[in-house]
Amino acid sequence: MDVALNWYLALSAVLFTIGTLGVLFRRNAIVVLMSVELMLNAVNLTLVAFSQSMGDPSGQMLVFFTIAVAAAEAAVGLAIVIAIFRSKVTVDITEINLFKH
Amino acid sequence: MFFLLATVAIAAALGMLIARNPVSSALWLVLNLFCIAGLYLTLNASFIGVIQILVYAGAIMVLFLFVIMLLNLSALPELRSLDWARIAGFTVGLALLSQLLYVVALQFDLGGEPATSATAAEVGSAATLGEILFTRYALHLQVAGILLLAATVGAVLLAQRRFE
Repeated sequence: MDVALNWYLALSAVLFTIGTLGVLFRRNAIVVLMSVELMLNAVNLTLVAFSQSMGDPSGQMLVFFTIAVAAAEAAVGLAIVIAIFRSKVTVDITEINLFKH
Repeated sequence: MFFLLATVAIAAALGMLIARNPVSSALWLVLNLFCIAGLYLTLNASFIGVIQILVYAGAIMVLFLFVIMLLNLSALPELRSLDWARIAGFTVGLALLSQLLYVVALQFDLGGEPATSATAAEVGSAATLGEILFTRYALHLQVAGILLLAATVGAVLLAQRRFE
């Protein structure tokens, strides 16, 4: 069975939107970071679908580097969450308003 | 096969969005990542699919679960009244989805194009990707290595206990 490319792009759009809603709605900083990972995954899916459709491996190289950058982002982001939790004992992003006042 | 994996992926993403407990949220995301890895395999992108399972579903999600359990979060009260921010966020989300689907449906006239070309299995194999990774993208690989080193040092510096 061969599925058209449009289905992959539509699925990627839906997953990206769910990730965006997660960033906008959730108050737990860790869940917000996980939503960002979901958005990165949706973009990766688009890149791989186009790369395979066009027969060009460059898109998959870009996905490879995106995964490396996502790993770095997750490590630094979680370190920041731990540091904030040490000082404020919360991960609620509405409580973290250091620059507001 | 695609529609099964796509349905499970969307359901898992929604489960991540509405789960109250961060641990179950993370487990839903793991299911979603496995489904996306399966979708990579349906595209004949075997190398990226294996990398997805190893790095994302393996390493990154273990890191997330480790931090959640390290911080020992009791299930946070996530219920929030229906305020303007939530309505505005939902509107923004719907607008983004309709915009993306509109672009997919109309701007690219790709409806009949198959998702895998004739050489897809060869393009997605580890041999092809490894060859161009160490020739054309060798410099990029070095930069990615330096980035990961910097991120490791930065994470250790940020997370270490301050001496006061």
